Amino acid sequence: MAGVLVLLSIALITIYFRESAGGGLHQVQSAGATVLRPFEVAADRVSRPFRDAYGYFAGLVHAKSENNRLRVENEQLRQQASQNAFAASENADLRKKLHFINSPQYPRGFGHVTASIISQAPSAFEQQVLIGAGSSSGIQVFDPVVTGEGLVGTVVRVAHNQSLVALLTDDTTSVSGVDVETGAKGVVKAGASFDHVGKDQKVKSGDLLVTAGWKAGGLASIYPRGIPIGRVTSVGQNEVDLYKHVQVQPFVNFETLSSLVVLFPPKTR
Amino acid sequence: MIADIAKGAAVLFVAAILQVTLLSQIDVFYGAPDLVLVTLVSVALLRGTIFGAAAGFGAGLVVDTATLQTLGVTSLLLTIAGYWIGRYGETTGRDRTHAPFVSVAVVTLLYSIGALILHYMLGDPASASRVLLDAFPFELIFNLILTLPVYALCRRLFRPPPTGLEEVQLLG
Repeated sequence: MAGVLVLLSIALITIYFRESAGGGLHQVQSAGATVLRPFEVAADRVSRPFRDAYGYFAGLVHAKSENNRLRVENEQLRQQASQNAFAASENADLRKKLHFINSPQYPRGFGHVTASIISQAPSAFEQQVLIGAGSSSGIQVFDPVVTGEGLVGTVVRVAHNQSLVALLTDDTTSVSGVDVETGAKGVVKAGASFDHVGKDQKVKSGDLLVTAGWKAGGLASIYPRGIPIGRVTSVGQNEVDLYKHVQVQPFVNFETLSSLVVLFPPKTR
Repeated sequence: MIADIAKGAAVLFVAAILQVTLLSQIDVFYGAPDLVLVTLVSVALLRGTIFGAAAGFGAGLVVDTATLQTLGVTSLLLTIAGYWIGRYGETTGRDRTHAPFVSVAVVTLLYSIGALILHYMLGDPASASRVLLDAFPFELIFNLILTLPVYALCRRLFRPPPTGLEEVQLLG
């Protein structure tokens, strides 16, 4: 009996396998499937709530593991995006500096080295930054430091591979400046005021200030002429003081500095 | 005997329909419980070779028809499985507590190997590592879990045949 059923099964397989899709066994199977269909539908309807419940809990487990995976992936992408944004920002910054170096604004005869800031001012009281280039790159004390926007400050201390730059906003920084519109001369102090401007000189709000770059005998300003410093924001005077009170807003945003250009004065190195 | 055939047909038919509609959709690492196989093992253990082989053939036909698979493949495998387990039940296995579990475990393994070989011979794409390494452990666990309730149900439906050695109550 069992042998007959085995042989019958093999015969079914053989015939089914050899015949075309429209063959007799296929048609019988199709008819059988049609007959079984209502039972399948009934079983499906009865079992659907259980299946849905299983699917719900399986989905929860899957969602939990997927959530963990997506969290990790999200973290990685966030880091990548942050690195990309930083690289883009650095790229834009370097392009600006390259543009500045190739522009007519760049002081003639000066050499330069580009350095990144490796440490910001430790507190609000010290307007200084540490840059990743030092005497090994040819930097010396009092070298002027600029960006594409304008004057940044001066090198005040030099190590082999690092230098300390006093920013324009540092209390110790004074720069001889000149009003481009009126020719009024003075000294920009701490990046905030334009001092020693006589009452007879004309300065008005909105005027552009650049470095004066003076020479007197054997002495010369450490800053080359024509580097933008800032814009005059307010002008005032009173009868008692000898000079006008001029407020200045520097062009450089010192909060977002990431790299700088240190200028070499001509014929010194 | 007729009643047994009717009950066997009904139980396996329901098992086949549930297998096709519900249980085949449970998929844990390609493994799914095989209610038809477990039911067949239970019936064959309780009713022997002929019943097991015939039940396997019929159940296989229903499964192949409902799933539109090559007609005869499942029938062949289940016929052999039903026959062997029936033989085991007729000889030593029927009254042993572990018999259903051992039978289900062995048949699950042999059924997987047999199906793999058969599909390979028919030219179907069959991955041995997927069937035997990925799916088999979970299928075995599912089937062993199903064994206890299914065998208990079948045991209620198919009472063991009288052996002629029943106790006799002496009167007087």
